[in-house]
Amino acid sequence: MPTPTDPETPVIEFVDVEKRFGSNTVLKDLNFSVRRGERVTLIGPSGSGKTTILRLVMTLEELTGGYIFVDGEPLTHREKDGKRVAVSAKEQKHLRTRIGMVFQQFNLFPNMTVLENIIEAPIHVLGQSKSEATAKAHSLLEQVGLPDKANEHPMSLSGGQQQRVAIARALAMDPEILLLDEVTSALDPEVVGDVLNILRTVADTTNVTMLIVTHEMSFARDVSHKVMMFDGGRVVEEGAPEKIFSDPTHERTKQFLSAVLRDA
Amino acid sequence: MNTLTPLFTAQPSGEATGNIWDWDFALEIFPEILTAFIQVTLLVTVVGTAIAAILGLVIAILIRVLPTPLALIVRWAANFIRMTPIVVQLLVLYYGFTWMDPLLIGFIVFGIHYATYMSEVYRAGIESVPKGQWEATKALSMSAGRTWRRVVIPQALRSTIPSLGNYAISMFKDTPFLFVISVAEMVSVAQDLGAQTFRYTEAITIAGLIFLAASYPTALLINRLEKRLAYAN
Repeated sequence: MPTPTDPETPVIEFVDVEKRFGSNTVLKDLNFSVRRGERVTLIGPSGSGKTTILRLVMTLEELTGGYIFVDGEPLTHREKDGKRVAVSAKEQKHLRTRIGMVFQQFNLFPNMTVLENIIEAPIHVLGQSKSEATAKAHSLLEQVGLPDKANEHPMSLSGGQQQRVAIARALAMDPEILLLDEVTSALDPEVVGDVLNILRTVADTTNVTMLIVTHEMSFARDVSHKVMMFDGGRVVEEGAPEKIFSDPTHERTKQFLSAVLRDA
Repeated sequence: MNTLTPLFTAQPSGEATGNIWDWDFALEIFPEILTAFIQVTLLVTVVGTAIAAILGLVIAILIRVLPTPLALIVRWAANFIRMTPIVVQLLVLYYGFTWMDPLLIGFIVFGIHYATYMSEVYRAGIESVPKGQWEATKALSMSAGRTWRRVVIPQALRSTIPSLGNYAISMFKDTPFLFVISVAEMVSVAQDLGAQTFRYTEAITIAGLIFLAASYPTALLINRLEKRLAYAN
């Protein structure tokens, strides 16, 4: 299948996205797009729908209205004769392999070693050879500072180490899009810096598009090209991090930032 | 005033010895009882457990992945089998399929009956796998087959081993029911031996001790397996 490589095509595009859980509407009329290589941070109070956006892109939640496009192709539904029609499982999987996600709770497979966690999908989803996948896994483990942990089981690692393995596992799939869902929220404060530094390096050395939900404002300021402030399922304000953090326009953004920055 | 006969009094030896326990007789019948144990009781338990363990997992997965109406049918059938006595099931197959070898009926009935119990154990095990594990497999685009084989089943099994082992022991102790379909399993062989000489004590005690000697190490083995399956740390 041809991949649209037109640099002008947004990597992710939300069109009139709506997400309801039962009668509770979490996102409404949401429209935004992310350019290739762009790093976008979503900030806002809990329950504002930030994590839901990431989960919709990863297809972990069902889209209840509107359309999401990845590389210009519909991720869940397409419009056909004025109706919303679900895309085939095959089409969706084809797009999903370009998306990687790192979770708040790491979600490593406890029954596999660190190495097995990393090489499982490259071998069985991407069809890499075992030696190729293993070599790449070792170099990624080196990159995340855990070169000697390949044969350990996740449960014998600390939270920070587990999250670094989870980052390596996601990167092993060579994703175009990396979704980072509060990746430091479950970590001890003293290891948060290590994990963020690894992600900074990833941001600096690759062209991977990132969609980030975090409460680490200095990290958001350092790595993002764009910050979007959410409240009640809507974008309140968006712009360059320097602008949003130093000179926010909206009262809601000012309130939110003063609250989180006071805590920091 | 004591009118009871003491249990261990010297009695004239011979056929009708009044001793409650006769070692010579016990040693004489032991090989026959042990043979029945190995050839029937153990065989049915091992084959039945193998069938139950595999079929139980298949049932649990089917209930989980089939479309709702079909899943309901599987669940209903499993409940039906679980809720009816194993003796009735043995008799139904015995009289319904007279061409079938009774031992084969034993394998099938014990295997299927216990599969319905084990499927419930597997179901609980599958449900105990955290949602985040499923989400991780989806984020890695793993196929449904790989997800079950490499992630869900291994993690579900870990918590199910003790219960599965207990059902295996329970099946083992149910094997005397095979007497209703005239399979010469250990207890009926012991009973026959007793009936021939009117010395039931030795025969039945030996059968009981063989059960104990087999169950207890099995329980210990399950314990060890459970510990080995626990994650590193």
